[in-house]
Amino acid sequence: MKSSDWRPTASISLLKQRANLITSIRRFFAERDVLEVETPALSHHTVTDVHLEAMQTVHTDPTSSDKRVLYLQTSPEFAMKRLLAAGSGCIYQICKSFRDDEVGNRHNPEFTMLEWYRVGFSMQDLIDEVAQLLLVTLKCFDTSDIRQITYRQLFIQSLGIDPIADKLPALIKCADRHGYENLTKDMVLSNTASQIADKDMLLQLLFSHCIEPTLGFDKPCVVTHFPESQAALAKVDDEDSNVALRFEVYVQGIELANGYEELINARLQYHRMVQDNQTRTLLSKTTKEIDAHLICALEHGLPQCSGVALGVDRLMMISSHSSKVADVMAFSIENA
Amino acid sequence: MANFSTNEFKAGLKIMLDGEPCNILENEYVKPGKGQAFNRTKIRKLISNKVLEKTFRSGDSVEGADVMDTELAYLYTDGEFWHFMNNETFEQIAADEKAIGENLKWLVENDTCTITLWNGSPIVVTPPNFVELTITETDPGLKGDTAGTGGKPATLSTGAVVRVPWFVQTGEVIRVDSRSGEYSARVQKS
Repeated sequence: MKSSDWRPTASISLLKQRANLITSIRRFFAERDVLEVETPALSHHTVTDVHLEAMQTVHTDPTSSDKRVLYLQTSPEFAMKRLLAAGSGCIYQICKSFRDDEVGNRHNPEFTMLEWYRVGFSMQDLIDEVAQLLLVTLKCFDTSDIRQITYRQLFIQSLGIDPIADKLPALIKCADRHGYENLTKDMVLSNTASQIADKDMLLQLLFSHCIEPTLGFDKPCVVTHFPESQAALAKVDDEDSNVALRFEVYVQGIELANGYEELINARLQYHRMVQDNQTRTLLSKTTKEIDAHLICALEHGLPQCSGVALGVDRLMMISSHSSKVADVMAFSIENA
Repeated sequence: MANFSTNEFKAGLKIMLDGEPCNILENEYVKPGKGQAFNRTKIRKLISNKVLEKTFRSGDSVEGADVMDTELAYLYTDGEFWHFMNNETFEQIAADEKAIGENLKWLVENDTCTITLWNGSPIVVTPPNFVELTITETDPGLKGDTAGTGGKPATLSTGAVVRVPWFVQTGEVIRVDSRSGEYSARVQKS
């Protein structure tokens, strides 16, 4: 340990800018009559997402000898959807989220997330609102001038492959051409379940390595209509069942936000979580118990809505031209 | 040799890739919010000296390479091998032409070099950052020009050719940066 390790990883002047940014976010939602809410950081259940790992802690109950495992939220999504189902109307939250096994220039295991839900909004309505928020908070773009492109079109333009229609062998060929043969050499074409997982893995590899670094430099870039296999909690598009109403926002090569026109069908949502757990088993990961509170809330009825989660630390990185997320946090995981 | 998981990756870690020992130069964690995590690395292949980018799936393991650096004094060459000695144990090691490579022209007797051993055999010989060599041939240079603008080529005792200032003459000893091959200073002989 160095004697200067106690110092904040961000400068004090940057922390003042950060406070201003958060104030401007609150003002943005106050002007639009969106209610600020707080939901618990600790929950009895967690997400089933194949590539998200929650941290957990143990709660000792003084009234019994029980010790119960509690998960730190990876995002406030489930709790906020329960509020929506209970009739909250449009809501937003700025809160800490936690993800295990994520540390890097753009990752800190504890980070600040802005998440909001708009009742009655379509995916496009919400994309337009995200663009408004970026205009207010980043002050460097003109929202009328956002680049919006579908996931499919983006792959065809950037890499000459069709992420929806092309099969695994075509993707392997593309990955090999870009020097990733070490990741494709063990892929087997005989197993259908592993083919779907392998195809998504290669799409995520090519996207994060070859496409993402080029997105959102002259204006923010919104990528829409992700493959159905990466729908997460988004509704499948009525017009094309191969894709989901999911979008992501990129600014200066950084993934900033992820949003959905929300899946409101409880049965379909439950089925996706079961599928997640099957993929987890396939990848030798532990399965997660499905959160019954969420499913019951969906059964009760989630209003038609769209929601989005935006990384506040990353927004701050972009706004302050910082290269590391640690530079915009009072203390990063290194000296927390 | 042990295997290393991607979460043990850091600059300086030696791993095996395509049957060749490599040194990790940079390691970056890349993860789409909802997707698979990767480690994007920049790697130097230690035998071919090639630098390349390589991406691993986070959580995967890679075989480690038994690579270590040792400080040895250069003794002599018999034409086929270059012999080095540990000045404390007097143990000797012979390196072949492949390990010496381009650095042949910076080898000075008794200089301490860094020898990189893979499974006990030398694969890279790195001379000291600065070596002192005698100029065997250079143009006389013009009188009065001491600023050293432009300079002139000079051949050194090992055959290396470097650009030197005009005022430096044949027979003088100069200090050269072996990493860049650039002239650094004239060495005053006492």
